[in-house]
Amino acid sequence: MAQTQRIKLFLLHYGPLLTTITIFLVAYITGGLLYPAMQKPQVFFNLFINEGSLLLCSIGMTFAIISGGLDLSVGGMIALVTTASAVMLKHGASPLVVMPLMLVMGTAIGFALGSIIHFFKVQPFIVTLMGLYFCRGMAYIISDLSVTITNKDYLFLALTAIHIPFIPRSYVYIPTLVAPVMILVAFYLAYFTRFGRTVYAMGNNEQSAMLMGLPVARTKITVYAFSGFCSALAGIVWSISLLAGYGQFAQGLELDSIASVVMGGTLLTGGIGNVIGTMFGVLINGTIVSILQFNGTLSSWWNRIAIGVLTLIFIGIQSLFYVTKRPSSN
Amino acid sequence: MVKPDNNIILTMEGVCKTFPGVQALEKVDFDLKKGEIHAIVGENGAGKSTLIKVLTGVERPDAGIIKYDEKVISVKSPQEAQEMGITMVYQEVNLCTNLSIAENILIGREPMKWGSIDKKTMNIQAKEILMRLDIDLDVTRILGTCPVAIQQMAAIARALEISSAKILILDEPTSSLSAHETQQLFKVMRKLKSDGVAIIFVTHFLDQVYEITDRITVLRNGKLVGTFATSELSYLELVTKMIGRSLNELQDMTKLKLESSHHIKKDELLEAKGLGRTGAIEPFDLELHAGEVVGLAGLLGSGRTEIAELLFGIERPDSGSISMDGKTISDYSPIESIGRGVALCPEDRKAEGIIPDLTVRENIILAMQASLGWFKYLSLQKQYEIADKYIALLNISTPSADQLVKNLSGGNQQKVILARWLATNPRLLILDEPTRGIDVGAKAEIQKLVLSLADEGKSCVFISSELEEVLRTSHRIVVLRNQEKIAEFNSDVGAHKIMQSIAGTVSTKART
Repeated sequence: MAQTQRIKLFLLHYGPLLTTITIFLVAYITGGLLYPAMQKPQVFFNLFINEGSLLLCSIGMTFAIISGGLDLSVGGMIALVTTASAVMLKHGASPLVVMPLMLVMGTAIGFALGSIIHFFKVQPFIVTLMGLYFCRGMAYIISDLSVTITNKDYLFLALTAIHIPFIPRSYVYIPTLVAPVMILVAFYLAYFTRFGRTVYAMGNNEQSAMLMGLPVARTKITVYAFSGFCSALAGIVWSISLLAGYGQFAQGLELDSIASVVMGGTLLTGGIGNVIGTMFGVLINGTIVSILQFNGTLSSWWNRIAIGVLTLIFIGIQSLFYVTKRPSSN
Repeated sequence: MVKPDNNIILTMEGVCKTFPGVQALEKVDFDLKKGEIHAIVGENGAGKSTLIKVLTGVERPDAGIIKYDEKVISVKSPQEAQEMGITMVYQEVNLCTNLSIAENILIGREPMKWGSIDKKTMNIQAKEILMRLDIDLDVTRILGTCPVAIQQMAAIARALEISSAKILILDEPTSSLSAHETQQLFKVMRKLKSDGVAIIFVTHFLDQVYEITDRITVLRNGKLVGTFATSELSYLELVTKMIGRSLNELQDMTKLKLESSHHIKKDELLEAKGLGRTGAIEPFDLELHAGEVVGLAGLLGSGRTEIAELLFGIERPDSGSISMDGKTISDYSPIESIGRGVALCPEDRKAEGIIPDLTVRENIILAMQASLGWFKYLSLQKQYEIADKYIALLNISTPSADQLVKNLSGGNQQKVILARWLATNPRLLILDEPTRGIDVGAKAEIQKLVLSLADEGKSCVFISSELEEVLRTSHRIVVLRNQEKIAEFNSDVGAHKIMQSIAGTVSTKART
């Protein structure tokens, strides 16, 4: 009895995460069986190379969603950061100035959005949508054409391959490492700091969190500032890998990001989820793209359809795990 | 009333608070001693919650002095109250169901090690805190998977841990607990009392007041009626003080019941034969006559609500049949039921009954409008007529029919729901816990109303957790246990016999 109870609780706790990982493995292995070229280890590392920016802003998104909110501004932030840094670099600014400045800007915009959400009690949806328009608009105002980056340091960062030890002929680039490091940081934040635990408490029941004397205001604003920071980081990674800045970059990325977070087992209503799941959510997204590329004949829009279906399935799984769940009465 | 005492930890003198249109508190005095359990009782709207809100800093008093530890204080926020050692555990457990028990107890002040939360120490600390309350639990369990009683214990543990509380306020802590769980809570309360914590216990359950408290403060209409030693105040006196009128009404009821029992018709209004639904209720037979009140007694989860849902057509039976006026029913749905003159007042009035942002009139009209069809317009004048009629009939205390329902007290909200169904002029009224969470006075009124409806020839199914109430109100009592109909009694059978039946004679986990 105790055993089954424990298994039940374990599944309740880790079920969605295990499902995400299983789907990723199934998708990846299927791809490998269908297209032998996909069996090369490099294909796996390419996932991180290609999805670095999506992964980064999904980390911030995960926190926003767990806290019971949402951040739609991430795509706009990427566009703004790439454009602003490209223009600044073109005018001779040092990357040592540009990068910190972009991070500060991202954090500041996130801070502002969070403050509006909290103090004026406006829906995060509307406020961050406003943030999205603002950022994308600003990107076009800075430059309505694509700006190429020719800065030496950026070129160095973009083109230096780091070989993976023990695995022959596989490599990643320097900016690729940012996202995995941030995953670790975010994992630590979520589980081992008061900030992280407060985010979970808030997402479950903001009223309760407030009555429990938790710093709801500070935490909520920090969540959006952190999300802004993550998307600014995503923007920097993006500008390095594409060596350009443009207001049209990262169109609709906010929705991909939300889909990845949901596929990663985070509950859209908040309170439940984690960044490891989000990582696998992003990897699933990348795997589907890879499969389509290896196939070569299918329209790339199948990616959208697959993501859509998977996201729906995940929402279904979530209601199975959480919504029908009733406290056991013993 | 009470002589000066060094043990006094808190005094409130002449506290006044006015809300728009209501004098919620009028010169109320209150004092609290170390190591006592002090009940605050009163009808809905008596000012209990306002008094507590003033004490915990949710509301600021308009006048009056609060002295705590011999210093005059003014509390600005619940957090500040907590820091001073005044903590509150709310009626609905205000914790986070997605976190572990340990986290819920310690969140915000977790033990830290090198800048991160030290989970191991946290779990040990939480365990120790619970041990101090004589509770042994797996603290890593997610709170949402625990029974409400455990959640409540966690809330109390948190309250104590946070502030090393000197004053603990429990607002209706037992309203969602079973008898057994209530005893568990009382054990904790006695333990705290012996540690010198002063406990304010707000409740509607007067039996519990007598079981656990040392003193009782009675409020009525925002005024202090008095503070009494529990041992020196009889039950009858207490109720009289609370409702400000004698218990004649209760005796009236017995008379009323006797009288109405003569009017019960012979023919069945509704007959259920072998009605059942797998997983909800075992097949049962039930006959309802016009003019009769049938009580369903049993513990929570014994199948009471399930019967109501089958009779009203919310759930489809998978065995047996219902016939009304001798005709077998084939279509089970609430709309059809309403058409047949069946009405159901659901158990959870907040979630299923009232619409808080509509006015009293709109709430009352709702079901009637539905039964008329949405396109048949009910003139505004007619609407007011109906609303006013039921406001008067049910004695709903509201300034006008245009008051928003959310501004009414719980008892009055319940009456509004009743009015809504009465307006459809039903022949069979199913009431699921119609008196839950409302005060003695309003309870008596609703019970009386049920009987007078029966007298008019309506048939009633009355569901309640309080056996006393079921006994008082029903002509016939059906006892349920473990989703099965166990027995049927006439109401003159004593409470004891029914209790035994509910508990099951051979059952070892009998709960009173």
